[in-house]
Amino acid sequence: MSFFRKKIYACAGFNTVSLGSGRKEFHPKKPRPGIEHYIKEAGLGTIEQIENPANIDEGVIGNFVAERFCKQGNLGGFFPIVHPTFQYKPCIRVEGACDSGGLALVVSIKTILADLADVILAIGVEIQNSVKAIYGADYLAAAGWYSGERKKGHAYFFPDQFSQRAGACFEKFGYDKIRAGMSQWYVNAIENARKNPKAQEFHNKNPELYATGMTSPNPKVFCEYINVFDCSKVSDGGSALLFASEEGLKKIGVDKKDAVEVVAYAQVQDNLTTPPPDLTKLSTCEIAAKRAYERAGIKPEDLSVLDVHDCFTIAGVLAIEAAGVAGYGEGADFIKDGKTKTDGVIPTNATGGLIGYGHPTGATGVRQAVDVVHQLLNKAEECQVNIHPDRPFGMMSSMGGNDKTVAAMVFRKTE
Amino acid sequence: MTLDDRLENVAIIGAAGKMGSGIGVLIAQEMARLKLKPENKDKIYRLNLIDISESALDGLRGYMKAQLVKRTEKSTVLLRRIYENRKDLVENADIINAFVDASSAVLNFTTDLNTVKNAHLIFEAIVENEKIKIKVYKKLKKLCSNDTLFLTNTSSIPISYLDEKAGLDGRLIGYHFYNPPVVQRLVEVITAKTTIEELENIGQEIGKRLRKKLVPANDISGFIGNGHFIRDGLYAISEVERLKGKYRYPGAVYIMNRITQDFLVRPMGIFQLIDYVGIDVFQCILKVMRTYLGDKTLKSKLVDKMVKQNALGGQYADGSQKDGFLKYERNRPVGIYNFRKQEYFIIEDKWKKKTDAKIGPLPDGFAPWKSLLMNPKKEDALSKHFDNLKKMDTLGAGLAINFLKKTKEIGEKLVSDGIANSSDDVNAVLTNGFYWLYGPINNYI
Repeated sequence: MSFFRKKIYACAGFNTVSLGSGRKEFHPKKPRPGIEHYIKEAGLGTIEQIENPANIDEGVIGNFVAERFCKQGNLGGFFPIVHPTFQYKPCIRVEGACDSGGLALVVSIKTILADLADVILAIGVEIQNSVKAIYGADYLAAAGWYSGERKKGHAYFFPDQFSQRAGACFEKFGYDKIRAGMSQWYVNAIENARKNPKAQEFHNKNPELYATGMTSPNPKVFCEYINVFDCSKVSDGGSALLFASEEGLKKIGVDKKDAVEVVAYAQVQDNLTTPPPDLTKLSTCEIAAKRAYERAGIKPEDLSVLDVHDCFTIAGVLAIEAAGVAGYGEGADFIKDGKTKTDGVIPTNATGGLIGYGHPTGATGVRQAVDVVHQLLNKAEECQVNIHPDRPFGMMSSMGGNDKTVAAMVFRKTE
Repeated sequence: MTLDDRLENVAIIGAAGKMGSGIGVLIAQEMARLKLKPENKDKIYRLNLIDISESALDGLRGYMKAQLVKRTEKSTVLLRRIYENRKDLVENADIINAFVDASSAVLNFTTDLNTVKNAHLIFEAIVENEKIKIKVYKKLKKLCSNDTLFLTNTSSIPISYLDEKAGLDGRLIGYHFYNPPVVQRLVEVITAKTTIEELENIGQEIGKRLRKKLVPANDISGFIGNGHFIRDGLYAISEVERLKGKYRYPGAVYIMNRITQDFLVRPMGIFQLIDYVGIDVFQCILKVMRTYLGDKTLKSKLVDKMVKQNALGGQYADGSQKDGFLKYERNRPVGIYNFRKQEYFIIEDKWKKKTDAKIGPLPDGFAPWKSLLMNPKKEDALSKHFDNLKKMDTLGAGLAINFLKKTKEIGEKLVSDGIANSSDDVNAVLTNGFYWLYGPINNYI
């Protein structure tokens, strides 16, 4: 039996360039587009692919922390700038740290399932280059427990949280093995990004990626167990995707073959005030993936494509274990053996992921869904991987905080 | 007196200049770190920033504020630990503001030289002119107590000479920071025969505290840095003289600048570097070295001509380059000075292409300085680069190989003349102070 009481589809979809260091057009001192620009560009890029944007019923905007990076709240107010017919239509902004985009997907689906709408435009957006990384680290630390953790935390709060995870994995599974997996993850991310013109690392020409990935950490100015290349990027960007019921697809003039079916999702929330139960595991991600598979009636082996939340290389290693494609403690070797590469057992983060494409936090969950949808529609261009006829599924999993807020979603190619 | 005691009251003479202002930032932060220690909380720290004009001090105020913020931002990881008991400081921004306030609180901007009287440690970074330096040191000697220690930022004047003329009895050491001192890790330390042991030790300790790379140089005019740079520059100028008949003057300058930047994979071409330092400064150092070394070849008519025509190079307050041998737009050369016409010859695309064609191509697999800087395998890449260069028979490759030989010879002579103690020290100065990817004494040639 299907998890949803009616069919839900995703279609169109658009990612802006992920702007930030690495992009040739980026200069920290030059003026850059504001948050409203990204909402409009992502929204327009999506609705230009359909016939009747006027039939979009509602908007959902995922964003983490525009109040601090842009001093801007009330983001729903930018929905009508995407298209004149959006004026006076409902729009809500949702927040769940770096999973804000994931939550935008979930809220869109819930609204359709509640029969309150047939077509929803989900948009994710974030601007991060408005301040230096050292202040951005303060803003992003809001994804943790401010009154309980921030004071004793590191200057680079989240990098340090994942550095500790890397340290715990080094201790449990051996430094060489884990470090090799992390560095290979970095190599794959950049190699995939070089095929994605929207990616922040698209222009990266470094011929020695693995050696760069192995750069020694410098705890005096950064973290103890990870280097800066282990981190996702500081990014400005936006993504948008349409969700529709069967009726909704007709209303916007999209053929079923140009859409993919959303077969299940799982949204899981862990307690922000308790430390992770096991640093060598993304326990919440694991629960989300298990539930999503169960609800979709599939197994990890049924996936042709996977997109996980690699905010750090170690998160990538742990995320593929949490997604069940590699066993516990085996993620690093799995990656080192090339099994997550675009021609591997399970192509993962084929468009570069958070390290290669970039991580405009509030946009990321939507970006992941857009990329999985495009893969299943065979529209991923240079980044396209082989979608096996007997494995017509793709999954994305998006994480907020230190494995606190997770949304996993399974998509299926339409017949 | 320990260094901690001495750091309670410090003066910088010539504080508004490029070097003095940078040293000011470093010392202010060190004082603030000391003040934060519980045992020092009641002590008063004072950094007297002395310069001759109020307007220069005004500029210095802005510079200090901006640099203190910038440097504090970079040390936030450490500062969070130092401030761990301050419950009111939670975010990085809180901590950065607190430390910038603490560092700013020690500053005393003044034109009054009398403020040195309580200083136990004095950094001097005034103009590179021995007469003026001696005059100032004589005044300082009268104003300060007889155990005050002096560190001079001279880049060329022998320390023992200054010491003797000013009667400092060994309380002077050469402490040559590189520009800009807040960024450059290198300090050339010139311990003269006269320098007392206490000051020698204090110099080492300051270097450690400021996390500088100290390289010893002997007390021979020019020391290692200018000893190499000035001769490197003179060689480039002599090549221009040789090439100008065939390639005209602007062409010859363009060619040598490009050879040194691209073919030798340096951060900037030699003429851009001379401009960065200042052609008048280059001339002044030449004169000092000529005088003390008795070497008449340390002279350049071209440099004298440039200074006479007021084409001086140097930098604006924001660090961007002023026009000298080359004309700059956003720090990129766009023209070449023509001293006959006293105007800039503008580098146009067509002329550039033609001249580049004469120079010939870069070796296969060429990677510019900037991309190699972060490359963990840069040694291999450089080896390959120079191997390929040696196989080429072009104007550019020939000039580059000759330059590489000359630059090595200059480096080796610094060691054989006893200015540097070892090739490693020469290489350390060029790689740390000039950001070269490799030292002049290498196996590439």
